[in-house]
Amino acid sequence: MRFPLASRQPSRVSEAPLVEVDAVQFGYGRSLVLKGISMRIPRGKVVAIMGGSGCGKTTLLRLVSGQLKPTAGSVRLAGETVHELDREGLYRMRRRMSMLFQFGALFTDLSVYDNVAFPLREHADLSEEMVRDLVLLKLEAVGLRGAHNLMPSELSGGMARRVALARAVVMDPMLVLYDEPFAGLDPISMSVVGSLIRRLNDALGATSILVTHDVVESMQIVDYLYFVADGRVVGEGTPDEIRASATPVVHQFVHGETDGPVPFHYPAPDYAADVGLGAAKEIAHA
Amino acid sequence: MLERVKLTLGRLGHNFINGVWRVGAMTRFFFLVLAASGTSVRRFRLVMREVYFSGVLSLIIIVVSGLFIGMVLGLQGFQTLQRYGATESIGVLVALSLVRELGPVVAALLFASRAGSAITAEIGLMKATEQLTAMDMMAVSPMSRVIAPRFWAGVISMPVLAAIFSAMGIFGGYLVGVVLIGVDNGAFWSQMQAAVDFRYDVLNGVVKSFVFGIAVTVIATFEGFDAPPTAEGVSGATTRTVVSSALTILALDLVLTAFMLRGDA
Repeated sequence: MRFPLASRQPSRVSEAPLVEVDAVQFGYGRSLVLKGISMRIPRGKVVAIMGGSGCGKTTLLRLVSGQLKPTAGSVRLAGETVHELDREGLYRMRRRMSMLFQFGALFTDLSVYDNVAFPLREHADLSEEMVRDLVLLKLEAVGLRGAHNLMPSELSGGMARRVALARAVVMDPMLVLYDEPFAGLDPISMSVVGSLIRRLNDALGATSILVTHDVVESMQIVDYLYFVADGRVVGEGTPDEIRASATPVVHQFVHGETDGPVPFHYPAPDYAADVGLGAAKEIAHA
Repeated sequence: MLERVKLTLGRLGHNFINGVWRVGAMTRFFFLVLAASGTSVRRFRLVMREVYFSGVLSLIIIVVSGLFIGMVLGLQGFQTLQRYGATESIGVLVALSLVRELGPVVAALLFASRAGSAITAEIGLMKATEQLTAMDMMAVSPMSRVIAPRFWAGVISMPVLAAIFSAMGIFGGYLVGVVLIGVDNGAFWSQMQAAVDFRYDVLNGVVKSFVFGIAVTVIATFEGFDAPPTAEGVSGATTRTVVSSALTILALDLVLTAFMLRGDA
């Protein structure tokens, strides 16, 4: 299989990148998850990182947000090398970015209102009236102003994701990271969350990075896609280019084929030998 | 046979090294909590909120247990003192047993079971559901915002709970000794007043409960923070909190009592 050297070539989305991932390697223990991955995320765009489960997409997101440090290569955000920042520098940077977690990660002891107000109360010296206006504004944007008194346990999965989205954008961040924003949602919620990601990104003038394996929904809202497999970028382009990609692993993923470069079977010894059929045949012959 | 011995020795060695590592990690964690305590001082209402969950909600178990233990002490003490014709000293026996030992120790054991396990489970679940990571991603330190307020709430609550436990125990002893059995009311209280020393008995009991409060909350918060983010991980951490806290309280009690008795002599 030929891996396109997307990382080494000047990217078509390289003008004024907000995030630059350059030849990054990272592993848990001895196994390398990312094997020299590179990508550029331009300002103001919604970019998806796609790939199968366990290919290192979420790890990449954690490297961009400074939760992990690469073993080689560098991650630069708005001109600053993320893994070289001390804790204070990292926190200064994180005030300008936010992350939507796979299942929302809402604070279960706080109401919807207090969850959205949390970053404002921690970082902004605002009056309670101002906090209230901003919280209701963001909740209105995600269609849940009427649910501000509910507790997270009273919300459906889709509603929780929308509240988390309101919380993620309440500080008007320059970069929003989305970790599997469509996981476990019904088609209506999926569509709502998808359109909110696009609308909020454009309204705030932010940049968004989506880590997802949902092909249909993400193709509708993103400007550009990186396709990751085996710790490398194996394809990149606009949604149309990715749909038309001839790279086998990208083609298999986009069209949902059960077998291909990503095999159906996990590596195992010969099936007949494993269930004793080989031995039975030998006895029958004897 | 030899292989089994080697395997057993290997496991013992591994467990020992792991135990030493955990003590070291917990000590480091304790200093990190102290370093992150600025927010708890500036925003004391965060600590008060946790005092409610750890302290106020533990009141029922503390009050009821204290009352029953005091009543049992009264019954047992009366039976023994009767042989020596010293039943009026029952107040002294109940008060000294509670203020010096049972109050701080039993209250700390109950606190570890009720509040310590709850703290571990809550922090462990916050970690498992990525709430701590989410907080960290919002540039809010979980150590300052979640761990330190719970730690200081435990340290504040523990001596108060131990004092309430002892007071209820003495009241239980009074109910059994004076109201039920008929020991002289004046003798009960006056002998207690004469025999119980504020500096060596009451204050030492407070020091003990303060130390137990630190130990229990450090163990509870560390176990929660260190718990693997799975259901099994949180359940194991909760169990470890109760077991480690109980053993630590009893070991610390021995050490503290030895030091305090030497000072007393």
